[in-house]
Amino acid sequence: MNRRLKLFLPLAIFLSLCLMFYIALFRDNKGELPSALLDSPLPSFSLTTVKNPARTVTRDDLLGEVALLNVWATWCPACRVEHPYLVDLANKGVPIYGVNYKDDQPEARKWLKVLHDPYRFSINDQDGSLGINLGVYGAPETYLIDHQGMIRYKHVGIVDANVWKNDIEPKYRALVEQAQQSNSGENSSEADPS
Amino acid sequence: MVAEIGLLALSIALCLSLLLSVLPLWGSFNGNLRLMNQARPLTWGFFVFVAFSFGCLIWTFVTDDFSVDYVAKHSNSLLPLQYKITATWGGHEGSLLLWVLILAGWMAAVALKSYRLPPELSARVLSVMGMVSVGLLLFTLLTSSPFNRILPFPPQDGADLNPLLQDFGMIVHPPMLYMGYVGFAVAFAFAIAALIGGQFDSAWARWARPWTTAAWVFLTLGISLGSWWAYYELGWGGWWFWDPVENASLMPWLVGTALMHSLAVSEKRGLFKSWTLLLAIFAFSLSLLGTFLVRSGVLTSVHAFANDPERGVFILIYLMVVIGSSLTLFALRAPEVRSRVQFTLVSKETLLLVNNIILTASCATVLLGTLFPLLLESLDMGMISVGPPYFNTVFVPMAMLLAFALGAGVLLNWKTGSVKWLYQQTRWILLTSVIGGLAFSLIYGNSFMISEVLGIGLVFWIVLTMGKDLLNKTRHARAKSGVVVALKRLKPAYYGMQLAHIGLAVAIVGVAIVSGYSSQRDLRMAPGDTVDISGYQFRFDGVRPVQGPNYTSDYGSITVYEHGRQIAVLHPEKRVYTAQAMPMTEADLDPGITRDLYVALGEPLGNDGSWAVRIHIKPFVRWIWAGSVLMALGGILAISDRRYRFKVRSKVLNKGREGSSDFKGANA
Repeated sequence: MNRRLKLFLPLAIFLSLCLMFYIALFRDNKGELPSALLDSPLPSFSLTTVKNPARTVTRDDLLGEVALLNVWATWCPACRVEHPYLVDLANKGVPIYGVNYKDDQPEARKWLKVLHDPYRFSINDQDGSLGINLGVYGAPETYLIDHQGMIRYKHVGIVDANVWKNDIEPKYRALVEQAQQSNSGENSSEADPS
Repeated sequence: MVAEIGLLALSIALCLSLLLSVLPLWGSFNGNLRLMNQARPLTWGFFVFVAFSFGCLIWTFVTDDFSVDYVAKHSNSLLPLQYKITATWGGHEGSLLLWVLILAGWMAAVALKSYRLPPELSARVLSVMGMVSVGLLLFTLLTSSPFNRILPFPPQDGADLNPLLQDFGMIVHPPMLYMGYVGFAVAFAFAIAALIGGQFDSAWARWARPWTTAAWVFLTLGISLGSWWAYYELGWGGWWFWDPVENASLMPWLVGTALMHSLAVSEKRGLFKSWTLLLAIFAFSLSLLGTFLVRSGVLTSVHAFANDPERGVFILIYLMVVIGSSLTLFALRAPEVRSRVQFTLVSKETLLLVNNIILTASCATVLLGTLFPLLLESLDMGMISVGPPYFNTVFVPMAMLLAFALGAGVLLNWKTGSVKWLYQQTRWILLTSVIGGLAFSLIYGNSFMISEVLGIGLVFWIVLTMGKDLLNKTRHARAKSGVVVALKRLKPAYYGMQLAHIGLAVAIVGVAIVSGYSSQRDLRMAPGDTVDISGYQFRFDGVRPVQGPNYTSDYGSITVYEHGRQIAVLHPEKRVYTAQAMPMTEADLDPGITRDLYVALGEPLGNDGSWAVRIHIKPFVRWIWAGSVLMALGGILAISDRRYRFKVRSKVLNKGREGSSDFKGANA
């Protein structure tokens, strides 16, 4: 009797797969993952950039403006899907920084050459140390960083027109306004102690 | 008009396949020979109408009928003729029709060869394949007809075929791959027919074997063509990307390989019967799943689906019906009797079981890696990709283990064996393999890599164990009547097995060396610049504009010297396809047995005519595809074995034997 039951195992596995597909089909669009780091400062780092391995960038290079931090890699097909939209956003003037996550550097440079480079610079996170500090699940992920370097929002998955308009842009605009107000408030002081 | 005729032909084909899936099956339960005999004419009719419909679609492409939506989206009046024809399967609707056409082709082939099968079996096999095609045809007609018109305002010209697909690789790759995918439908149908009839003897395995091998041969060739195409067309110099689409073709291949091996055990020893049936169901299910994943776009972009949820639901229901019902049938009817035949722990049976476990496990890891993003997504945790880091860490060790098991499995005899005997046989081979691997890694290239030691060591291991087995198999005959006679006495199936395994070794050489010792440079080169890479001098001779039939090109020239002697002039291009304003990198390469020189153009830099140039040196990369071709040739050799052809004459004899063996026919 027990042996007969075992023969149903493949069917059971298959049906649970189907359930998964079904959910994937009818799921309301992507959800966002609450980051443990939400509303906390961007972790500090000191890493080189993809395009210029001689250049070292740190957390301070990202400050001063509200910006997107996009985690990408050439091995990630979803990144390829969202890439043109990022180029679009960059052309519209949204500052975007890249975190090239656990990637092959020549491939990554090639990617930026061929598909255009939307990033001010891409941080070369070869061993994933920045990724770990950020709590990256995989690629692509996009963080919204305010002008003082606080993480304000995290989006897991591709960024496209929908996600941008509905989820990210309102928060981005609000933060930009906030930044302008605080800047005009303390117009004289240029440095940003945080 | 032609499009409407094509649609009509497709509808008639649907009716025929409906009849095919009911009548012969019904007849097989009542023992009604007349109904069973309808299977063949229905199959042929089905094939003719599908082929005619496909011909109509090609015709609309060749005559630039842009009032047909599908043609307008995938062709252009400037497209060269051969690409107009191949554009037929350049999109979703057409490739689905190609799928159906190839299925019809396999069915016709089965019908042709079915005279040597018992009438019930051939009727059931064709009926099951008829059912598979009913679903696909319904899907095509209801959600993805390629014959829909855009009226009353057809566009002036078409949107053009994706430039990536305007290539020789695209002409041959999809049909070859589909031949493999769909070919597993035959093994699947045989398995379902066996489950219905309750007959799983070794005669059944012998019938199913050549079909499985044939599908496997096509799939092997299809996958390696795809890899070759990605290598020279995508301009990245890589040959495997662990992309979901590639994984979708790799998974049925892994299970199909397992199926071939377990069929061997089922035929020779009457073991692993339920397992074989399950693998046959799996292989085809994974082909369908692959189609689902690729076609629905569920993996790369959710939005592809949001546009057309109808299609996704349809495929999902189809999958549930086909796979779900066959697994239910399996659960209810799979043979539960434990086989009486015993074998010892160290024997060919055990090693083939190990082979099956490793292949299935590696397929499961690929499936997991491909579906993991989907799983997270369905749990509403966003969309991510696990990349090559995951696949390489889990897949490569399993492949190595498999290669090691291969050597032992080939040497061991059926039924009995001992560790002591195996040790005696292999101690020198083992030592030579270790030394060979070490020596290679020390001598070749300028760095020592443990992965190379293992890779090349396994190549030695496979080749030497295969050689040793050949010596063992011919020992007696050689002593008696000489080498030539002894070699002649071995069967084609044996040589096929040898050749396919040597092919695997050759492919491992390629994979191991190219992943360890490739070198590449990204450079800024002005006309006249020369660069020296690994002993080759590359001189950049500038770029000039060239006008192609449907694109404009920046046509580069790079002259390559070795020791001051010119060995090649390469012409990498940067093309812009007019209709879609899409830029394309056309790499150029100088192929060689021990290395490929591969150059691709990046972007123009500055006004002095200098360009970003990427140069690769890919040692032994060709061996990967050469190995796949050898594997496929091995498969063909195995199919040619005479024991698969002499069925007609020995039928009477067989019948007597079958009756006495474990034939527990439900309709007997």
